[in-house]
Amino acid sequence: MQYITPLWPAYPELFLLTMACAILIIDLFISDDNRIFTYGLTQITLVGCALLTFFTGNADPVYTFSGMFVDDLMADVLKLLTCVAVIVILVYARAYTAARGMFRGEFFALALFATLGMMVMISANHLLTLYLGLELLSLSLYAMVALQRDSARATEAAMKYFVLGALASGMLLYGMSMLYGATGTLEITELARMSMDGVRAQAVLVFGLVFIVAGLGFKLGAVPFHMWVPDVYQGAPTAVTLFLGSAPKFAAFAIVMRLLAQALGAEMLVDEWRQMLMVMAVLSLAIGNLTAIMQTNLKRMLAYSTISHMGFLLLGVLSGTIDGYGAGMFYVVVYVLMTLGSFGIILLLTRGGFEAEELDDYKGLNQRSPWYAFLMLLLMFSMAGIPPTVGFYAKLSVLQAVVHIGLWWVAVIAVIFSLIGAFYYLRIVKLMYFDAPLDQSPVQASGDVRVLLSANGLAILILGIAPQPLMVMCIEAIRASI
Amino acid sequence: MQGLPLLSLAIWAPIIAGVAVLFTGSDRNAQAARVIALVGAVIGFAVTIPLYTGFNLQQGGFQFIEMRPWIGAFNVNYHLGIDGISLLLILLNSLTTVLVVIAGWDIIKSRVSQYMAAFLVLSGLMNGVFSALDALLFYVFFEATLIPMFIIIGVWGGPNRVYAAMKFFLYTLMGSLLSLVALIYLYNVAGGTFAFLDLYEIPLPLFVQVLVFIAFFMAFAVKVPMWPVHTWLPDAHVEAPTGGSVVLAAIMLKLGGYGFLRLSLPIVPDASIYLAPVVIALSLIAVVYIGLVALVQTDMKKLIAYSSISHMGFVTLGIFIFNAQGVEGAVIQMISHGFISGAMFLCVGVLYDRMHTRQIADYGGVANRMPVFAALFMLFAMANAGLPGTSGFVGEFLVIMGAVKVNFWYAFAAAITLIFGAAYTLWMYKRVVFGAVANAEVGALKDINAREFLVLGVLAALVLVMGIWPQPFAEVLHTSVNELLAHVSYSKLPAQ
Repeated sequence: MQYITPLWPAYPELFLLTMACAILIIDLFISDDNRIFTYGLTQITLVGCALLTFFTGNADPVYTFSGMFVDDLMADVLKLLTCVAVIVILVYARAYTAARGMFRGEFFALALFATLGMMVMISANHLLTLYLGLELLSLSLYAMVALQRDSARATEAAMKYFVLGALASGMLLYGMSMLYGATGTLEITELARMSMDGVRAQAVLVFGLVFIVAGLGFKLGAVPFHMWVPDVYQGAPTAVTLFLGSAPKFAAFAIVMRLLAQALGAEMLVDEWRQMLMVMAVLSLAIGNLTAIMQTNLKRMLAYSTISHMGFLLLGVLSGTIDGYGAGMFYVVVYVLMTLGSFGIILLLTRGGFEAEELDDYKGLNQRSPWYAFLMLLLMFSMAGIPPTVGFYAKLSVLQAVVHIGLWWVAVIAVIFSLIGAFYYLRIVKLMYFDAPLDQSPVQASGDVRVLLSANGLAILILGIAPQPLMVMCIEAIRASI
Repeated sequence: MQGLPLLSLAIWAPIIAGVAVLFTGSDRNAQAARVIALVGAVIGFAVTIPLYTGFNLQQGGFQFIEMRPWIGAFNVNYHLGIDGISLLLILLNSLTTVLVVIAGWDIIKSRVSQYMAAFLVLSGLMNGVFSALDALLFYVFFEATLIPMFIIIGVWGGPNRVYAAMKFFLYTLMGSLLSLVALIYLYNVAGGTFAFLDLYEIPLPLFVQVLVFIAFFMAFAVKVPMWPVHTWLPDAHVEAPTGGSVVLAAIMLKLGGYGFLRLSLPIVPDASIYLAPVVIALSLIAVVYIGLVALVQTDMKKLIAYSSISHMGFVTLGIFIFNAQGVEGAVIQMISHGFISGAMFLCVGVLYDRMHTRQIADYGGVANRMPVFAALFMLFAMANAGLPGTSGFVGEFLVIMGAVKVNFWYAFAAAITLIFGAAYTLWMYKRVVFGAVANAEVGALKDINAREFLVLGVLAALVLVMGIWPQPFAEVLHTSVNELLAHVSYSKLPAQ
């Protein structure tokens, strides 16, 4: 391992931090009418951050801050995607937040701090760095959920999110302390080496592992740690739901990789956490898909759908192979792409004080706007995993990873639940295409949203016809980093 | 002609035309949508003709091969090629698309561009299924066909269309998802390839073969459909618009039969032979029992739907008796059923467009007002009953002949259907067409127009040609079928 003092691997984070503080101050001197300036500055910051990430990227891992911070290919790819996702989120959310008095400096500063938290999590090579990033992200998200002060539902959601999130953080921290007790180190690469060699206090290590897995389960929203997901998704303002449902999953995937695949990736420990993940994955698939059928609120339905997607993601991870991790990463990228698109459509249909979050609001969308209905159709079929959309390949690579290690019966369970899941995605298509519209008002959107949303929806189809580049990117990123 | 990637054209020309049709937008440009759709469908059919004329009858294996790397991560190639079996099905599919576009010309009045686009895209995807030589490519096309059909049934269908569309989608998805797991399993056993030709070679123990067979069987039996997983079909047919019923019966059902021939038999031959008695039993139940069910239907479309299931029983029977007559008969039966069932649904569509009812009881004496139509309908009804001289006879005769060689009672049970088939078809025909004019609405009927005559006339000619001179259809099959059977007879069980 090579320790270097230069800070350049952390330039994107440093830039983001500086700009976030600057924006917080600059915004004080800007009147409500010129808030678009803050918005522009935020977007420029994110673009700059993405470019910095791209240009400081490198194939081999580089460590800095005395080995607490790592910059490897997986980190570069995930950070780049996180920045792009946040840019897209802010574009989709602009009209919605502006109409609800949330188009303010706090929103942007919180979004930037949350992004910073995610990036730190992704690049963590030390359990404390990881925890620091996680808390920065979580605290920003709690505040964002509660940003609509007058909404009782949002406040309730924020409260739930905060209490359960704090509990999860506590679990994770407790697990980390046990890892420290068993190995005497908090550094991930060091932990990996120690656990590979075998430590004397194996029982403590495994005990710590249980808490780590539980903490990660909370953060991902996997059953049985999923209770917060539907309430927070439904209660938070839709723009915030879009935020917390999409980009943070990159970071969550990254810490799963850092903790399970890297730090605790020794053969013997993989066998331990594989069983736990398998139970969580199968339960997530079952409860997520079955409960989603009964929902009438689209945001809540997508929350349960997220739970089932996390089940699929865990299936990829539990294989414990490079291809499996690559499949998990591919899944997470595809999942974020689909989430951005579908919440983008929800935000598109909201006007003024009207929230388009009931399923019935989607009736006859094909007659109001064939193009957006088509995009939503692609998104829904992709979530259901029907080819030729990219969602199919995401499921395929995960199933392949699972079958490869001989767990074909888990694959059978997974496809049976995704069959059940197909029903509620089809129901959206049914509402949009087969039913008559309840109101005839045409769908309006500004130019940037139109272009971005179309690109987002078509990406589902284009990546479905040519999934090779993205798949290779994910597998290569994992191969170079784990 | 040799240089052109004909199979790619057969797949992508209709799909691109379909996308172009979508760009005509709303119903103000409906006429433009129709014209572009027709041009696209005709081009799609035109590019498949050189496939037939350039097909080498003696050469075994696959022809018109195209191969490009597609998903390197899974070692999947865009690998196309056809043998005699797929050739006929591609021709049938491309021709049917032209007819469906013409048949929907002025019957469909709302969302014309989406209607036409759905059929064109569907046609391209099904050509993809018939020409894919890579299991993943096959699967992608196979499942993608569900999307346009789901839309077709759900948007332009009858009153109960939502139920029918959902049932159709979920039923077929259930089967195909299990076969996906089986394919992934085979991919791992074969050492990381989805290519059919590689999957054909891998040895598998009988137990594994049986599991894989069951997974495939779920996918294809639902599609065929075989008793007892046939219940989605009557719903889908009754609710679908005429064009949807035609494509469903004429081509989509054949995906199942084709899947058995392309996947089940060559990949798991021992399990196919081991489980053949079960499949044959189910086929015979379909042939006999569903024939009886058809007899009591009061809805014309439902009657034809059940008759389809019964006829498809012949196909699965023919496939699983593993001799040349049986398999050739099965393929010919698939093609012939494509013509006849398509024509029968079009005939019902003609009546439905005028009377807006499908109940047999609402009709009577149609022949008095629509003599030309009655004559054509008569021909198709006879063909559906398997009258010698029509295409319906050839396939059923071959299958029965093949069955006699295996077991007399199989053949006996299958032959009973000729009686039932004649009974339900001709009885319906008599009640609808003959007799005195039943009511004022029937009295006001007008005979078919030139467009309807064109569509039905083409099908009538094909039914007769295939019945009288089946040689051009049968000769392309010989080599492919013999090769397939040779492959099946070779055990894939690992040496003990």
